[in-house]
Amino acid sequence: MKELVIVSGKGGTGKTSISAALAFLAPQKVLVDCDVDAANFHLISGAAIRETHAFTAGFEPHVDEETCTHCGKCTDLCRFEAITDGVITTPLNCEGCGVCAFNCPAHAISMKEKQAGHWFVSDTRFGRLIHAELGLSVENSGKLVSKVRQEAKKIATAHRLPLIITDGPPGIGCPAIAALSGASLALAVVEPSASSMHDVKRLVDLVSHFGLPLSVCINKSTLHPENTQELIAWCDHNAIPVAGQLPYSDAFRNAIQSGKTVLEMPENAEVKDSLKKLWHNLATLLEVPATESKFGYLQRRLNPFR
Amino acid sequence: MLISIASGKGGTGKTALSLLLAAAHSNISLVDCDVEEPNCHLFLQPAWQDPGREITVTIPHIDSALCNGCGACSTVCLFNAIAISGKTALLFDELCHSCGGCLLVCRQQAIIEESKTIGTLATGTSTTHPGIHLVSGTLKVGTPSAVALIKRMKQETAKLTGDVLLDCPPGTSCSMVTAVQDSDFCILVTEPTPFGRHDLELAMNITCLLQIPTGVVINKSDAASSGDESIETLCESRQIPILAKIPHSLSFAKQYAAGCIPDEFQAIAANIWHKLKSERSAGT
Ligand code: SF4
Ligand code: SF4
Ligand code: SF4
Ligand code: SF4
Repeated sequence: MKELVIVSGKGGTGKTSISAALAFLAPQKVLVDCDVDAANFHLISGAAIRETHAFTAGFEPHVDEETCTHCGKCTDLCRFEAITDGVITTPLNCEGCGVCAFNCPAHAISMKEKQAGHWFVSDTRFGRLIHAELGLSVENSGKLVSKVRQEAKKIATAHRLPLIITDGPPGIGCPAIAALSGASLALAVVEPSASSMHDVKRLVDLVSHFGLPLSVCINKSTLHPENTQELIAWCDHNAIPVAGQLPYSDAFRNAIQSGKTVLEMPENAEVKDSLKKLWHNLATLLEVPATESKFGYLQRRLNPFR
Repeated sequence: MLISIASGKGGTGKTALSLLLAAAHSNISLVDCDVEEPNCHLFLQPAWQDPGREITVTIPHIDSALCNGCGACSTVCLFNAIAISGKTALLFDELCHSCGGCLLVCRQQAIIEESKTIGTLATGTSTTHPGIHLVSGTLKVGTPSAVALIKRMKQETAKLTGDVLLDCPPGTSCSMVTAVQDSDFCILVTEPTPFGRHDLELAMNITCLLQIPTGVVINKSDAASSGDESIETLCESRQIPILAKIPHSLSFAKQYAAGCIPDEFQAIAANIWHKLKSERSAGT
């Protein structure tokens, strides 16, 4: 089973639109939305939720008011200014470290598991999607990312699907790290802008840190042709294959407005061709069939799940 | 006045708006809290005053000569940052939250604290827009959480006088909350698409939870798109003012891609400042 993870040094480079287009083109796959902070893939793929699961991670302190003597020891020891004499004053500051609970002379504090969000299994136009929603201002997005990836792998294995397409989280922080570890191929979506080019270099540092194969897709390549050339030269120099170049086009925005992928919209032949080219290049890099084989077709017919 | 500029997600034009607002002010500090991907300096080309001051957090250091492997520290660490291997404790520093819990529990006094670099902080004055003072943080690649670095940047910010703009990290995670916390006003930047609306709603939940007065700027807005309305309805239902609409402009995008702060929307930026000032006088 192969796993393609679509990442970008930063949000807004068109990652979700491109992931959705690839989801449309690739046969036999499971989809994952790893942007647990602000998942959007379900909006474009017409997701109907089948299963909802609670996600717990980390701990939070609960103070028993009757037992607390208001001695103030917890306040002295808490390094995050979250508790004042037995009252959790700024819960958002609390890291859930338990120092207050372990050191309370009256044993008035217990640490309880924290409800940190939900994850879902949904049916979409392109197959099954695993996505999630992290609770507001909760840490552990990395853990939730690992959770959805793990569930996707289970589904792919159970239904003998050769590919997982993952819409990764933006940035290079813990969720990005969790989304990339152990992937078969990372696709970095880059714009030919000064800031995006700066971001991708940091991303490349991260990906090479994990020793993962990387390829690049240049989005809005016509916005600044000189920068695009510079990017291509930079990729060549670093032996990073440029899997695709997409021209600047309003088609992506229009497609999002209508809740579709670009490939489901009329016209835009140029954009569609470049996306198909991108997918074929990726399929080659991943060594998965680019189009549905007879066998795959049969399997899909026999397997209502696809 | 401390104004934070945030958005549910990246790529909505948060940095562009921060730069526009900074350029439309005569003397201002801009704090780039997007420490995973700081970009403001690319546009401002600052002359750094103290390039790359290292920012550290404290993490435990276990003296294996004193440690008897009792395992107390490992039990007390709720982040699983300490494991016992053989007769000694091992630290996985990337999991450590610097809470100091292990230190308190070790009877052998085998744990002392030492510092670890998590990123750098630099300040400088822009050479392209001399009225802008920049504070920029850069997270060390491989450091999982930006929160500690952002907290330190905000301590620096508290020393600044005059108006301060804070370019926040994207999303609604703990780093975004840390950045937005304690600001006098928060501007949420959004785009008129279903994605934008969805992310904006999440961001609004945060500023509401933090009780920070909030306003919205719709970026890449154009009269023809139907997306504006759904954002307007959302703002109306939450009683959050729309401060400005910035039209979609290819020439802006091109100049911005080349690393310039375009003059194009100066008037809009000035108008946002005007509204912010009146918000403040209304609020106090
Ligand atoms: S340490 Fe325990 S008893 Fe003392 S104030 Fe805190 S919770 Fe109350
Ligand atoms: S769990 Fe840790 S951060 Fe939270 S209140 Fe207790 S000591 Fe402070
Ligand atoms: S508590 Fe101290 S002695 Fe015990 S395992 Fe930890 S470091 Fe070693
Ligand atoms: S300082 Fe806290 S988080 Fe770090 S190892 Fe010790 S107990 Fe664990």
